[in-house]
Amino acid sequence: MSELAELYQELILDHSKRPRNFGPLPEANRHANGHNPLCGDKITLHVLLEGDRIRDLRFEGAGCAISTAAASLLTEALKGKDRAAAEALFARFRELVTGKVESEDARRALGKLAVFGGVCEFPMRVKCATLAWHTLLAALDKREESITTE
Amino acid sequence: MKVRSPAATESAARKDAAPARFDVAAVRKDFPILAQRVYGKPLIYLDNAATSQKPQAVIDAIANYYSESNANVHRAVHALGARATEAYEEAREKVRRFLNAGDAREIIFVRSATEGINLVARSFGAQGLARGGEILITAMEHHSNIVPWQLLCEERGARLRVVPMNDDGELLLDEYEKLLTPRTRLVAASHLSNALGTLNPVARMIELAHARGVPVLLDGAQAAPHLPIDVRGLDCDFYVFSGHKLYGPTGIGVLYGKAALLEAMPPYQGGGDMIRVVTFEKTTFNDLPWKFEAGTPHISGAIGLGAAVDYLERIGRTAIEDYESGLFRYAEEALARVPDLVLFGSKTQRRGVLSFNLGRIHPHDVGTVLDRAGIAIRAGHHCAQPVMDRLGVTATARASIALFNTREEIDRLAEALVEARRVFG
Repeated sequence: MSELAELYQELILDHSKRPRNFGPLPEANRHANGHNPLCGDKITLHVLLEGDRIRDLRFEGAGCAISTAAASLLTEALKGKDRAAAEALFARFRELVTGKVESEDARRALGKLAVFGGVCEFPMRVKCATLAWHTLLAALDKREESITTE
Repeated sequence: MKVRSPAATESAARKDAAPARFDVAAVRKDFPILAQRVYGKPLIYLDNAATSQKPQAVIDAIANYYSESNANVHRAVHALGARATEAYEEAREKVRRFLNAGDAREIIFVRSATEGINLVARSFGAQGLARGGEILITAMEHHSNIVPWQLLCEERGARLRVVPMNDDGELLLDEYEKLLTPRTRLVAASHLSNALGTLNPVARMIELAHARGVPVLLDGAQAAPHLPIDVRGLDCDFYVFSGHKLYGPTGIGVLYGKAALLEAMPPYQGGGDMIRVVTFEKTTFNDLPWKFEAGTPHISGAIGLGAAVDYLERIGRTAIEDYESGLFRYAEEALARVPDLVLFGSKTQRRGVLSFNLGRIHPHDVGTVLDRAGIAIRAGHHCAQPVMDRLGVTATARASIALFNTREEIDRLAEALVEARRVFG
C-alpha cells in the first residue's frame, strides 16, 4: 500500500465523510474547544461525565479528513470509559501517530484507532490526529479556554 | 558614506531596450533546488506566494560576500569594511532602480514587508494619530497589514476602517471613496492580494486618497515579484516588499518612503549606525536612509536581494510579466476544467495566485495528496483569516506561480487534483 493509501484508509475516509456522534449533546456537563490555527480546524467536544466515567460524548466542528475521523473514532472508543482509561488510550494513540509503538500488542490494544498508523509518515499531520484528544483532556479538566495545537 | 545620486536616464533606457526572449528551460537551470525529486517525483514548486526559490546568482552573491568581503559596514577603515559598505549601498541603489524611486535615500532596508509596515505604523502612524483618527485598510489584507494598525489604533483610541470587497474579491471603490474622510490619517492596502491574487486599482486609490490629502502605503509583497513596480509613477507615499518572495534571501525587506515624509518621521529603533552624535544628554540622528537602520544591518541579505533584482532585470521584467501572465491564464483554464473545483477571486484582475477548494475535500487533505505527487502548494488561511471569513470557508488551497513554472507543471497539478478527488470520492 502506498503511504497515501496507508494514511487515508477506508475507515478514515468513511468517518470523515460520515462522522459518528456528530452534533450537540444538550445533557453534557463538560465542553471544550480545540483549534488548529495553522489550518483553521475547529472542534467542540461535549462530554457527559458521571463521576469519573464518560457516559456520552459528541463533537461538532469542521476540519480535514484526519482530524474529523480522529474525533469521530475517539467518540466511539471512549464512550463508557473512565478518565484513566481515556488518558492511557491517548498515550498509546500518540505513540502510534508519532511512530513510537513498541509492540504488536500495543497496536492491537488500540483497536479501530490503529487505523491512524499511517499518520506517522506525515509529520505535518500529527496535530490533525491529536487535536480531538487534546480537546477531550481539556474538557475533562474543565479548561474552557480554547485549546490550540501550537 | 555617500549614497549614489539617481540616474534619471536609466529607467528610460530600460524601456527602450528590445524585448528579451524568455526561455523557461534556461531559467529553470538557474534554480538548483528545482533539480530534485520529492517522493521520487520531480519537484513542482507552486508555493511561491509563501516564499520563492532562489537562483544560483543569489546564492553565490551571499556566499561570495562571506568568503571575500565580510566586514561591518559604515565604520571600518580597512579594505574589507570599504568593500562591504560599497556592496551594501550598491544593493540599495539596485533596489532604487527596481522600484524606480527618485533617490536611494528613500530606500530603507528592513527585515521584511512586515517590519516595513510596523516601521510606518510606529513612526509615521503614531505622529498626529489622535483619538477619533482613522486608518483605512482593505478586506483582503494579510495579517501583517492588519495587526500593526490594530495595535496602533488601540493605543491611540483611533479607529481601523476596512474597505469591503465583493464576492469576487474585488474592492468596492465607491465604498472606499466614502470611507476617505477628514479623519483618515493613512490608507494601507495590498497591491496584490496574497490570499486571492486580486490586483487592486491602486493608481485610482492613490489618486482618490491624495485628493483628500491622505497618504497611501502599498503592501507590495506579492506584487513586486510579478509586476514592474514604479513608485514614482504610482505616486504612492510608502511601498514595502520582502526579499524572500522576490527570489532573494529571507530576513531582508524594503521600505520605500517619500523623502519628505521620512525626513519628518522620528526614528523607529535606536542604536548604532542610526546616530550621528551621542552624549548622555542628547543624540542627533543620522541622515536618511540610515536614520531607520539601527544596528548592524542584514548586509548579506541586502547583497542577496541586490543579486535577485539584477537577476530579474537581466531576464527583463516585461518579459517575465508576459511569460507569467500567459502561464497564469493557462493555469486558470486548467483548474477550471477540474470537476468540483471552486476558484476564488476576481475573474479579470487575478494575478499569480490561484486560491481554490475542491468539492468538500479539506485543503489540508488536498495539500497532502499533491505533496505526494511532488507538488508543493499552500493549504490554510494564508495569514488572511478575515478573507476566509468573508468567503465563508475555513481555509483554501493555494497554488502560486513563479517565473520558473511551466505549463507541464500546471498539467501535473490538474491531474493530481483529479486524483485527489478520486481518493476522497
